[in-house]
Amino acid sequence: MAGPSVADRIADRAAAATPMTVVRTVRGLTDRAIAWIFVAPTIFLLLAINIFPLIWTINLSFTNYRANRLTRPAEYIGLRNYERLLTDPDIWHNMQVTAHFVLWTLFFQVVIGFALAWLINRQFKGHGFWTTIIVLPMMLSPAVVGNFWTFLYQPQIGLFNYVISFFTGVDPSSFDMIGSVALAPWSIVIVDTWMWTPFVMLICLAGLRSIPESIYEAAEIDRASPWRQFWTITVPMVLPFLMLAVLFRGIENFKMFDLVVELTSGGPGSVTELASINLKREAFEKWRTGYASAYAIILFVTVFGLANIYVKALNKVKER
Amino acid sequence: MSAEAHSVVAPSTGWRRFAAVVVIAYALAMLVPLGWIFITGFKSPNDAIAYPPKVFFEPSLEGYVNVFTTRTRQSQEYMDSLPPPETWYDELVRSRNMVIAGPSRFGQRFMNSLIVGFGATFLTVFLGTLAAYAFSRFKVPLKDDLLFFILSTRMMPPIAVAIPIFLMYRTLGLNDTHLGLILLYTAVNLSLAVWLLKGFMDEIPREYEEAALIDGYTRLQAFRKVVLPQAMTGIAATAIFCLIFSWNEYAFALLLTSGQAQTAPPFIPTIIGEGGLDWPAVAAGATLFMIPVLVFTVLLRKHLLRGITFGAVRK
Repeated sequence: MAGPSVADRIADRAAAATPMTVVRTVRGLTDRAIAWIFVAPTIFLLLAINIFPLIWTINLSFTNYRANRLTRPAEYIGLRNYERLLTDPDIWHNMQVTAHFVLWTLFFQVVIGFALAWLINRQFKGHGFWTTIIVLPMMLSPAVVGNFWTFLYQPQIGLFNYVISFFTGVDPSSFDMIGSVALAPWSIVIVDTWMWTPFVMLICLAGLRSIPESIYEAAEIDRASPWRQFWTITVPMVLPFLMLAVLFRGIENFKMFDLVVELTSGGPGSVTELASINLKREAFEKWRTGYASAYAIILFVTVFGLANIYVKALNKVKER
Repeated sequence: MSAEAHSVVAPSTGWRRFAAVVVIAYALAMLVPLGWIFITGFKSPNDAIAYPPKVFFEPSLEGYVNVFTTRTRQSQEYMDSLPPPETWYDELVRSRNMVIAGPSRFGQRFMNSLIVGFGATFLTVFLGTLAAYAFSRFKVPLKDDLLFFILSTRMMPPIAVAIPIFLMYRTLGLNDTHLGLILLYTAVNLSLAVWLLKGFMDEIPREYEEAALIDGYTRLQAFRKVVLPQAMTGIAATAIFCLIFSWNEYAFALLLTSGQAQTAPPFIPTIIGEGGLDWPAVAAGATLFMIPVLVFTVLLRKHLLRGITFGAVRK
């Protein structure tokens, strides 16, 4: 070990010689007091706006309270809200729509995002600049993006339809991405993929850059083929990063609201009505507050449970 | 793989070129929707809905005039009786047989976005910096659960959070107020900010402070004069993240505000002109709204990864 500098040694000795608590009370507040004063406002705000409402929601979920009827007091109805929710076929429909959206967006974003990251990692000239360009969409307001894509998706005049017809020869007024039952679920997948692929790409890029070059050099000496290097070095080393990206995107898309509401508002019919959109209708249009609270708790528990299982798997991959 | 590269693992020139072509093509293709928003803002309403879509057109500021004004359609006799237009925008509106009736609500909504965005950012960064310092330097209960806590608050769909907040704010009279939205955005961003800032502060060597303490500084002085200046880059990056998140937020703004304190995101889609949506006006509003975010993203590019992964990946 290299010897510490003279200043360090003096500092150490001074620190060791003086009882800490004495020094610091004399010179103003104790560390303990500072810690509490610094943390207290944050804890208070988080309790007031995160924890307290959560407890209130749990409480409401056992009642038949309706927020638009101020005079009628809420009655406790036990588990009836949960019972009705879990046996309601409409909820299962919304869950299926959500699952379709989450799984396909994850699939496209992982494939395209990883491929892009791998290409950018070839370090061609100007890759930093182009990475910044690619990243732009994900920082925009999802609601505004959704709103504007309704314009791009217009049959006949929309740019998206025009580009598709330019490359395939299909009449641009013959299909309606948002209005058609068959295409609408894909229209939201396309926009979300456009917006969020850069997120997966950035995380994969960080993963690729974390691989030390010496591993590849060793593999090269062992005459491992590029293909073998890719599957035995690159993929396993990037996997924890990729899984983290999937976790974040999975959670975000499970609770997706703004983008899709502005794009299709759940239609046509309810083919793009994600769980969050359905929840909003129950809570703020039908005003079934108690029922919606139970719904919210079920959604929360679902994400929470899935995320926990997933994080366990992620930690196993990391340990390897 | 080529042998002439100086490192055995450096990609060959051919690979590099191929990668460059694919990535640049992808970047340009993905820019098209954004570029289209931008140019649609400068089209006349007829050019905006032309088929085939027009790439070349006579630029017009009609969309920008429309997004800031409300207009009424008038009879020809009334138009003839008016004195000549005083400004270029008067002239533009009159060429459509309309007169400007007054300013639209867009300016006010934009203002609300600024007030709420900066208010929440200031409060978040102020509280977050203090808490992050404590978490970074002292033994504080709950320290290890912080990341888990951040993640779990983000697992609640915003609509689910909005139900009790709506009821709570109704009781407190905070619905449709700037303060209500500022407090909510602060709470939502605070856990993220604390975690990010803690990461930045962990990177500042403790020795600097220890030295300051030996020199007779109090803890608070050491914090102010030694740690804060060192943490400035991290604080700025965190602030920009909080600003972008509050600026873009839609669900809470939609449900908790209406007339007075509503921000721009729920408002922009409601910019409706005669006979359906006035696309150039919507595009103009969207462009004005998105430009600050684009500028900030470019400024942030070095810290982007850290912010969007809540500090889980630091590069």
